[in-house]
Amino acid sequence: MSVDHDIQSKRLDAINILDNFSDIHPALTMKQALVASERCLFCYDAPCIQACPTQIDIPLFIKEINTGNAHGAAKEILSANILGGSCAKVCPTETLCEQVCVRNLKEQAPVNIALLQRYAIDHLDSSQAYPFTRDKNTGKHVAIVGAGPAGLACAHRLAQKGHRVTLYEAEKKSGGLNEYGIAQYKLLDNYAQEEINFVLKIGGITIQYETALGSDITLQELRNTHDAVFIAIGLNATNKLNISGEQFNGVEDAIDYISQLRQSTDMTDLPVGRRIIVIGAGMTAIDIAVQSKKLGAEDVSIVYRRNQESMGASDYEQELALKHEIHFIFNAQPYQILGNNKGVTHMQFKQTQYDTMGKLVATNDIIELPCDIIFKAIGQQFNIFPLANKDDPRPKLDKRGRIQVNSQFRTSLDDVYAGGDAIDGLDLVVEAVDHGNKAAAAIHQQLQD
Amino acid sequence: MAKLACEFIGIKSINPFWLASAPPTDKAYNVVRAFEAGWGGVVWKTLGEDPGAINVSSRYGVHYGQNRQVIGFNNIELITDRPLQTNLDEITQVKKDWPDRVIIVSLMVPCEEEPWKLILHRVEATGADGIELNFGCPHGMPERGMGAAVGQVPEYIEKVTRWCKQYSSLPVIVKLTPNITDIRAPAEAAIRGGADAVSLINTINSITSVDLDTMSPEPSVGGKSTHGGYCGPAVKPIALNMVSEIARHPASANIPISGIGGISNWRDAAEFISLGAMNVQVCTAAMLFGFKIIKEMCSGLSDWMDKKGYLNINDFCGAAIKNTNDWKYLNMNYKRVALINQDHCIQCGRCYAACEDTSHQSIAITEKAGAREYTIIEEECVGCNLCQITCPEPEAISMIDIDTGKPHLNWTHDPRNPLREKQ
Repeated sequence: MSVDHDIQSKRLDAINILDNFSDIHPALTMKQALVASERCLFCYDAPCIQACPTQIDIPLFIKEINTGNAHGAAKEILSANILGGSCAKVCPTETLCEQVCVRNLKEQAPVNIALLQRYAIDHLDSSQAYPFTRDKNTGKHVAIVGAGPAGLACAHRLAQKGHRVTLYEAEKKSGGLNEYGIAQYKLLDNYAQEEINFVLKIGGITIQYETALGSDITLQELRNTHDAVFIAIGLNATNKLNISGEQFNGVEDAIDYISQLRQSTDMTDLPVGRRIIVIGAGMTAIDIAVQSKKLGAEDVSIVYRRNQESMGASDYEQELALKHEIHFIFNAQPYQILGNNKGVTHMQFKQTQYDTMGKLVATNDIIELPCDIIFKAIGQQFNIFPLANKDDPRPKLDKRGRIQVNSQFRTSLDDVYAGGDAIDGLDLVVEAVDHGNKAAAAIHQQLQD
Repeated sequence: MAKLACEFIGIKSINPFWLASAPPTDKAYNVVRAFEAGWGGVVWKTLGEDPGAINVSSRYGVHYGQNRQVIGFNNIELITDRPLQTNLDEITQVKKDWPDRVIIVSLMVPCEEEPWKLILHRVEATGADGIELNFGCPHGMPERGMGAAVGQVPEYIEKVTRWCKQYSSLPVIVKLTPNITDIRAPAEAAIRGGADAVSLINTINSITSVDLDTMSPEPSVGGKSTHGGYCGPAVKPIALNMVSEIARHPASANIPISGIGGISNWRDAAEFISLGAMNVQVCTAAMLFGFKIIKEMCSGLSDWMDKKGYLNINDFCGAAIKNTNDWKYLNMNYKRVALINQDHCIQCGRCYAACEDTSHQSIAITEKAGAREYTIIEEECVGCNLCQITCPEPEAISMIDIDTGKPHLNWTHDPRNPLREKQ
């Protein structure tokens, strides 16, 4: 079959889809957890703790697992990172804690920190008391905009200190990236929502859904009615290719499709292209490529304008793509998209090379690939929210156009803090949690002064 | 090629490895399997007077290390629970079928002359190569005036040993209990009684663990337990010391020793022999891995002997005794320090935590190209070995001799010793 515009649902039956989207890293059994935990050396001033943005005491929780106290291990993790459960599943640990594990040096294999962390969280004993307590109500009220990882972490810490928190969430559900943006096979079922329910158990937190900053509620209103504001609205726009043909049907943003996939009740209903091109080189590019394959796409290519060494996706992620028979095409720069009234048919690229100065330059060699769908995974942008009145004060932005904060995560406005992807950083869930934790500490300090 | 065949108190054995008196040597079926696997001999599980002992259910308690590795376990099992004649008949038959293998019969009867006299005659009729007196069992039998109850009173040991020499022509090995203060006293008693050899150690009084849900120690017998005899790799250091104590004590230096206690591989066996044992007895390793481990023990010992140029067991038997001394004779002027080989260091910092928190603050951390580098502060290092012990990498830390240029000086002559001997 070589017709154009081959986009259809039910490429695979429900059983195959279910199988394809099963957990990419099955949980450890008790025996496996014991064996894995034996390998931890309980390092002095452990490099893994330093590599974790939330500074989880990894050797300590692994020791606790090893001594039969997985519940204690879970408490240890959650006290440093209330979203330790999802972080265990979505963190690129191969570039964080596991990368610096000293076991890599002579054995070329780190302690399996991610799966051990997940083991601990899975074994939190829910028959025991909630492991966190809320101080006496302080009468202070903090607004947090965005119920993603940064907002939730900040809310949990503030609630512990006895402050009242209202989370203002633009979407219908909270969780942010964990709910809408993470590859389905990394965070299964309703995990994000279950985790949020656990966070909210602390008490003192309410969530107002479908309330977007700038359109449904203004910063000035929040400042007037709360003692402090934490802005954690994440990235809210995608980068464009800015080439001709981008308007054709079938040229889509990868993150929109991932969101659609995560929210779908029956994945067999999703429209899936036969031949798919993914533009980009980061984790989102890998996520969309692998998921397309898992949904039954025949031919998936990731095309990147630079060479393999420059890819943002880790070696582990690249291997995952190769395992799913995804093609990589390097040194090919988007040139133009061809199509007709039904949609995209081909995409053309210009071959690139590095000149003597190491600069990437496009040549005149054209590569043309037939395709039914083009996914753009070339990064997201932060757009500042609109103001009610143009004279209303607004936090200053940095060079990248994100909200500028000091080391206390305070913006140029005294009572306004910001974190997560709304400020400059690595754009990782675990880092967003760290921002939320630190901003909460700073806000608490300010509210006491 | 090295010869493993050896002789112990006149008894020839194809190798120095015997199975100790314990469940593995309880009956003909097991013993035959052991001989088929290649064991040189067995000490048949202790015989007593009829009726046989009655055992409880649940008999072993374990002490686990990492990865469920058994560091040691204990037992509360008694001597044989089978009729005496059944055991004697089986011994007779097996000895007849396996003439080149050693069968020693372990014995324990009340501390009276008549019972010993009676049983010795019957044992001798089996064709067994010798007897071993079980004065060590730490549980169950002492309550009946036997086992450790005898082993802890040198006079009893001497008396019973003498009866055995008097009423039997078989060689007599006295098995010693470690549950005493000074192992030399019972050894000397055995010698006075005319023993041909001693074997040691028997198991050590122990409670391996407590079930924190039921609050019952292990092994649990319906929710209650008792102390049992501890064995396995954990007891090896205690056994080695006791063997050396007897081997280097002038009054007992000449008594042949059969070494027992946590021997798990050829290396352990070689260590016992180097400290004066003429052969060794094994139990726990076989109970954990089966009789086949004899193959590793024989090949390992033989290959090592070849490498060292030892032609037979006697060539290195007792070779480490001369290097085993009282503390006061050690060289006060000797110095060693640790050296960290950076090519093998994985920067886990375990040595640092150990030295800084619990020892002599002799390790420095420096940041080098983003990585941590641990180095020894030689002036502070006392050469205690702790960093090397705690290091997970076998080649990362070595202990280096430092030439102090000073002569050998022991404490008895050290000027810092107020009670020094005048030279």
